[in-house]
Parts: sequence; C-alpha cells; structure tokens
Amino acid sequence: MAPRDLAHLSDEAVVALVARSDDTALAELYDRFGRVAYGLSLRVLRDEALAQDAVQDAFLNVWRTADRFMPERAKASTWILTLVHRRAVDLVRREERRRTESLDVAAEPATAAADDDAFLRLRRERVQDALRQLPDPQREALELAYYGGFTQSELAERLGQPIGTIKSRMFGGLARLRELLDEESWEASRSTN
Amino acid sequence: MGSLEIHELTAAYALDALDAEEAREYERHLASCDRCRDELAYLSENAAALAFGVDAPAPPEALRERILEQAGSERSNVVPLRPRWTRAAKIATAVAAAAAVALAISTGSLLRSLDSERSARENADRAVAVLSDPDAQRIALQGGDGVLVTGMRGSALLIRNLGDAPSGKTYEAWVIEDGRPVAAGTFEGGGETTVHQLDQPVPPGSQVAVTVEPDGGLDAPTGKVLLSAKTI
Repeated sequence: MAPRDLAHLSDEAVVALVARSDDTALAELYDRFGRVAYGLSLRVLRDEALAQDAVQDAFLNVWRTADRFMPERAKASTWILTLVHRRAVDLVRREERRRTESLDVAAEPATAAADDDAFLRLRRERVQDALRQLPDPQREALELAYYGGFTQSELAERLGQPIGTIKSRMFGGLARLRELLDEESWEASRSTN
Repeated sequence: MGSLEIHELTAAYALDALDAEEAREYERHLASCDRCRDELAYLSENAAALAFGVDAPAPPEALRERILEQAGSERSNVVPLRPRWTRAAKIATAVAAAAAVALAISTGSLLRSLDSERSARENADRAVAVLSDPDAQRIALQGGDGVLVTGMRGSALLIRNLGDAPSGKTYEAWVIEDGRPVAAGTFEGGGETTVHQLDQPVPPGSQVAVTVEPDGGLDAPTGKVLLSAKTI
C-alpha cells in the first residue's frame, strides 16, 4: 500500500480508519502518541523492556478494539493513553519490585528536556507548571497514584492518612488540574494574540 | 460498600488507583450510575493530561516495527471474525433491548449466581448492562458459536445453541490468569441462547473457558475445555 498522508486527519478520524484494519492509520496513531505512551510507561515501570511491552500491548489493544471506540464519549488521545496507563500499572503491580523502593521514586522531578519535540516539550512544561501550582498534598497524591502506580489503600498506609483524605486529595487534585491547564491555555492563547 | 462511598471512587478509578477488587465493584456500580459515568469521563480526561507531564524520550525504532508487524499478522485473523462479532453484537443488542427476553433466557444461570441480598431483577439488569455496553470487547469463542463480552460493566458469555449438560453435570466457567483457573459460576445449557454473567473479573490477557463439571461446580476444572476466549 502506498504511504498516505494522514496528518490532516483528527485523532478520532485516524482511530476510525484503524477500526477498518488500516495499518497506515495505526502507524499514524503510533507516530502521534507512541512517544508519550513510552514516556509514561517508562515513568511508571522504570524499565525499558517492560515499558516497551506496555506500549506494544496497549497499541495492539487499540488495533483490536478501535471499532468500539466512541468519539462522543472520550477524546481518542484519552482513550489511547488510558489503555497505555492501565497496562503499565498492571505490569508494575505484577512486578512488585517497585514496592520495595521508596516513595520518592514516583515523585522524582523531571530532568532537563530529554527530547527535542517542541510540541511535547511545551505540553510537558504546562502540565508540570500546573502540578507545581497544586497544594502539595494533592500533587503528591496524583503523582504517586498516576506515575507511581500505587493504589489508594497503599497511599493511605504509606502517607499515614485516612483513605477518605486520599480520595478527596485525588478528586480535588484532578479537578483543580483541569482548571489550571485551562487557565494556562487561555493565558497562552491570549499572549499570542 | 454504601452507595455514597462508591461514588467517591471515581477519581481513584480514573487514576487506575483501585485494586482489582475495588475496580470491579466500581465498574459494576458504573453500569447503573449516570452521574459516575459523566464524572468519570471528565476526570479521565484530566488524568490523561498527566501523561503529557513526563519526559518523553524516543522509543526504540524497533518497537514501532514490532507493533505494526504484529498488527499485520493479526489482521488476517481479525477480519474473518468480524461478521461473527457483528452477529453476536446484534444478538446482544436484541437481548438488551428486550429485558423480558433476557430474563427468560437467563434466569437459570442468574438465579444460581445470586448473592443473597440482591434481587434477581438487579442481577438480570447487570447482565443486560454488560451485553449492551457498546464499548465492551466482544471476542469470538473458540469451540462454539458465541462471544465473550467484557467491559467496564463486567463480563458475560453469550452462547448460541449450547446443548443441555449431561445429567448430573453442569457447565462451569473459568477465568484463567497466569495459568491459574478461578471458578466464575455454573450455568445450564439448552435453548437457543445461553447468557452467563461471570462472577469473576476478567483481566486483560486472561482466558475464559467453559468445562463440564459435576452438579454444583468445582473449585478447579476437571473437564475438557469446550469453549474458550482469550482477552486482550
């Protein structure tokens, strides 16, 4: 099949092509999200081979189940990254070895830009800025849960807090994160006008 | 768990911060709670934004090739299956559209999987919810005509033209993960369509199998595998 340029299509339209077993479209999705997927898996799993497994499993899951993606329910990026994250967390919980490490691993600050993709770098900076503006307990709960793969019960135990407190920190953190990201993109769009 | 308490699990679920048991309970709750479904859609978008907050080194080029190669090799398997999935999806939709029909065809298996505090009606609704979830994976069964439906709302087997089990025997479903089978409920055959809601979670990568066992079912399978499906 001759390579086609799918760059002008929305993520959702590319998923619709994947649902019709179009492998060019799968390649396009991988080119759009493979890097973020790998970065996320690596952060959760802290092991290159396992991170590759997680990404591979998740993209094959995308390939097999794209016909059941419902664009009115979720953005394609959310759907894909949810599959990636879930797989990475499944693997890290199976590995168990993370549990012997300290809590700090999940919260380690990002190092200097390891990639040269300007778009990804911008997005990363915005998310990290937003995280920094959260109250510490909320930021800590989100980072340990999402990047660390810890369950709410593990967090409650390790942080010495009641589980209800952990739940409200996660909820408050996620809700506030959206507000901060919205404010930032508004600021960003205003400053370019 | 009280219903108020379970609403509060939405953020943890969006962050994949529930253990397997809690996640399963929450997914069951989702089937009947519009409020949680809306809230989950919103919170999941926020959680996914966190994915962009990490360093993203380029993955090895070989990974891209492996994925595309594997996908290509699966396509020849997947395409012929689609008509079966479609037909199964149609059956599932028909089942969902007519709860009365669902009750009639599934009472046998449902009654046996009833928890004492739950009504038959609730249980039937759950099976209907599983089958009518358009996002659920539908995987054709090996060894017979049917599908495994597995999604946010739970998992169910939908089998066509399954004969009666031999006298003194029953069908029993199993969820097999890492080679370890866990009993997932017994059910009767007979009739054109058999619906069995699995009373165990079906994790990605696990296998679901059906065997014939002595009445009442066993804790570990002894019979030959009649039907099976591997989840992704």
